[in-house]
This record gives sequence, structure tokens and C-alpha cells, in this order.
Amino acid sequence: MESQALLVLLLFVLVLSIFLGFELINKVPSTLHTPLMSGANAISGITIVGALLASGGEGTFSSILVGTFAVFFASINVVGGYLVTNRMLKMFKKK
Amino acid sequence: MIVFFQSSIFVNLAYIFASILFIFGLKMLSSPETAQRGNLVSASGMLIAILVTLAQNEIIAYEYLLVALIGGLIVGVSAASLVKMTSMPELVALFNGFGGIASLLVGVAEFINPSSSTLIQIIAISFTVLIGGITFSGSLVAFGKLSEIISGKPLILFGQRFVLSALLLFALLLVFELIVSTGLFNISSQTILFILIGVTLVLGVLLTAPIGGADMPVVIALLNSYSGLAASSAGFVINNNVLIVAGALVGASGLILTNIMCKAMNRSLSNVLFGGFGAATSSSEGGGQIQGEVKPISAEDAYLILEAANSVLVVPGYGMAVSQAQHVVRELGELLEDNGCEVKYAIHPVAGRMPGHMNVLLAEANVSYDVLAEPDDVNPLMDTVDVCIVIGANDVVNPDARENEGSPIYGMPVIEVDRAKTVFILKRSMAVGFAGIDNPLFLKENSRMLFGDAKESISTLVSEFKT
Repeated sequence: MESQALLVLLLFVLVLSIFLGFELINKVPSTLHTPLMSGANAISGITIVGALLASGGEGTFSSILVGTFAVFFASINVVGGYLVTNRMLKMFKKK
Repeated sequence: MIVFFQSSIFVNLAYIFASILFIFGLKMLSSPETAQRGNLVSASGMLIAILVTLAQNEIIAYEYLLVALIGGLIVGVSAASLVKMTSMPELVALFNGFGGIASLLVGVAEFINPSSSTLIQIIAISFTVLIGGITFSGSLVAFGKLSEIISGKPLILFGQRFVLSALLLFALLLVFELIVSTGLFNISSQTILFILIGVTLVLGVLLTAPIGGADMPVVIALLNSYSGLAASSAGFVINNNVLIVAGALVGASGLILTNIMCKAMNRSLSNVLFGGFGAATSSSEGGGQIQGEVKPISAEDAYLILEAANSVLVVPGYGMAVSQAQHVVRELGELLEDNGCEVKYAIHPVAGRMPGHMNVLLAEANVSYDVLAEPDDVNPLMDTVDVCIVIGANDVVNPDARENEGSPIYGMPVIEVDRAKTVFILKRSMAVGFAGIDNPLFLKENSRMLFGDAKESISTLVSEFKT
């Protein structure tokens, strides 16, 4: 029963976040399409939280190994994504 | 004190704070003035989320994760700082794929972890693996096409749609079996999961391979959305709100971009994904043969016309990226402005290989973003433009989109350059564009072809201006 309540709560958060996302980014000038995409891509690297827990938490050797690979890929996504977005945005100037 | 920082209430409050930073960061990313700060705000949200996770007492061993973190840091930093701006589309595709595989691996790690998973977790793991796998292999194919490791042409296999639907059904059957375990396959649930991973990887390839170069902006935006959904789904696996919120935001923004790209091509998403556009349209459709002849022009004559022009509109396309012409284009623009001419840039939403591709290149070349206009802004004023310079763009300026109902791109909003007084088309040869269709623009009365590499042609114009 408790897990059902949790599921409903999480679904609630999911639905609201999707609506929030649509509202937030509804009117993006096309100039910013690429940085928006790569910046959003970096945010999707949030899965690193799950990866860290799998790699450093309790588990079997194989689950820790899989988690460690997840940390590797997610951190490339996070670090590379933010840096490259920053590099692009630095170039957008108004004269 | 340390105990407090490890307490679940503190960790969860920090996750909420991180979510708020993501929301503000994304909001700020949608305006050029605040975009760079927005990205930093969102990055600090990520840093907070990572730090509190590391401090959590659920983490008992740091050796492996630190090695992986440092490895990822090195790879990420070097990729982000070494890549050329023209290679941005493939890098974004690659990072996207890494996000997808990371979510998939989080799902797998949770599945093989002996601590028993609840039913909800198993459902969530199945979906994470499904979406993460498609994102990963799909992004790799997109990366291959964009970096031209594999052909950018649409690859249509025999019975593509049938194979795709069959595989998708099989994947759903595997998911069902994981959840209810009816013993249908008589194999362990771990084996089922591994088969599912294999199937999703094949699915990702099959979904992306049939999509041609011109449709890449749609695919990249869609894969971007998938990577968010995969992260969101992973949030259900580990019962973590910050993953759900951040993933959903990315999913929504990717979908909005996908929709903008589809509208810019006047096509539905399913037509882009399954249409195999450009593969079957090589034979000229009805609607009459195109009349007229190609009129080449030399750079010297082009210079004389430009010198007398009062307004010039530059229309860049993927060809500008290929020949790296953005810097000389900016130089030409400045010389024209010094000459008392008004210079604007018209950028079609799907020009190039990813959303906003041309804008990034022109920004790299130091072109102010307020002279970059969208088709809707320049089309009403097109009759007053003296010269349009089309640089390596083709389908986005094709008049057939307005005039020829038989054309596959009929109805697509285009930049109506043929209504300008004179149109220069910089092109390497008379080859067709990505969509593989003829362009009657080249034969119009007011069109002049400036053949050759775009960068060299414009450099010649620049030196003419300087002498």
C-alpha cells in the first residue's frame, strides 16, 4: 500500500514537471535552439545521481561494476554538456 | 553536524533546491541576455545534486565511483573544449547517447542488485532500459551520420516498418514477462533483461537509420527528449524526485523543439520518422518540366552588383558549415555595411543539421544575434531586398514549396529568396539538396549561380571590396 502511495506521488511530480517544462520553454528564439538543446542534454545527465548510488552503494560486484560505468557515461554527459553549452553561449553577443 | 548533512531530510531538501535551479536555469536559457547565466545556474544545481549524493550515508565505497567520475571529467572536458563549432551536431548527439546509456545502466544495476525490487521498480527498470537503449543506439547512428562515418542517406531496409513493429511488440512482450513472470520463455529474468537490452539497441538503429541528413534536426531534438524521459524513468527506479523533475523538463523541451522542427518542414513527426524522405522521390514528379537555363556569374560581376546594393540578405545553409565560410561571410557583411548597405541574415529553422546550427556558426564568427532573422520576418519585406546571397542552402529556399503542388516539399515554409531583385546562389555544383529534389530557383530569371567553394567565392568578393 505504501509503495502505491509513493507511485502516485511520483507520477504526480512527473505530470506537473512535464507541464512546467512545456510552459518554461514555449517561446525560445531560434537563435538559442542549439544551446537550449545541449543545456537540456546536460540536465538529463542528472541520472548520475542514480549512477553514484549504484556504484558506491551496497550491491554485488556486478551491480557495482555496472553502476561505475553508468557514473562514467553520465559524468561525460554532465561535464561535457555544460562546458560545451557555456562555450557556445559565450559567443552569442549583441553589438 | 555531519549526521545532519547525511540525513534524508537534508538530502531531499537539497534535491528540491537543485530542481529549482534547473527550472530557473532552463527559463533563463530561453533569452539571449540571460542564457549564459542560466546555464551556470543549472550547472550549480547539478553540482549540488552530485555533492549531496556523495555525502549520503548510502554510499559506502568511493574507489570505483571516484575513478569513473574523474575519467568522465577528463573525457568530458577535453571533448567539450577541443571540438570545432562545425562539429557541434555530432558532439551533441554523442553526449545525448551517453546520457541514454547511463540511464540504462542505472536500471540494470538496480535490477541485478540482490536487494529485492518492488513491482513498480521492475516496471520502471523495463521502461528505463527500453528508452535508454533506443536513445543510446539511435544517438550513435545519428553521430555516425553527422560525422559522415556512415552515409547520411536514408537507409530503407526491405519491410522496415514490419520489422520495426515486430521488434517493438517483442520488446513489450519481454517487458510484460519481466513484470508478471508467467514463465513463458522458461529463462531467468536476468536473461530476459539482457535480451530486452539487445532488442532496444536494434530498435534505436532501425528508427534512426532511415532518416536522411536534412531531417537530422528533428531526430536530434527527439533523441534529446528521449534522454530526458530515460532519466525521468530512472527516477522511478530509485524513487528519486530530482531525476523525475529534471528528466521531465528535458523531455518536454526536446518535444517542443521536435515540434518546431516538424512545423518548419510542414511534416508530421511520423512522416519524418517513417517517411524515408528523399529516398523514393528522385524521379521528377508531374507538375511540368522546369524551364529556363542556368546563368553563371563571376565573382567580379557579383561584386559590381553588391557594390551598388542597398540591402542584402544572406541565407546560409549546411553548405556554409561544410566550407567553414562563416568568418568570411561576416567579413563580407561588415564591408557591405561600411558601404552603406543594410545586411541581414535569414535563417530557416531546419537549415543545417541540428536546431539552431547556423546561429551557432554565425555567433562563432562574431555576427551580432540581432541581425539574424527568421523566415516570417524577412519574407514580407523580400520585394525590397536588392540581393539575396544563398550560401549552401537549397531545400529551404526552393520555390517549389509554394508553386509546385506535386513537389514533395510543397507547403513547407521557405525563405522566398526568388522574390528579391537578384539572387546569388553559391554552390559547388548543380547537385540536388539533401531532399534529393530539383530546385527551380536556379533557373529563375533573377538567379545567378556563383559556382565554386563558398569560402573561396566569398573571399574573392571580400578582396574585390578591399581593392
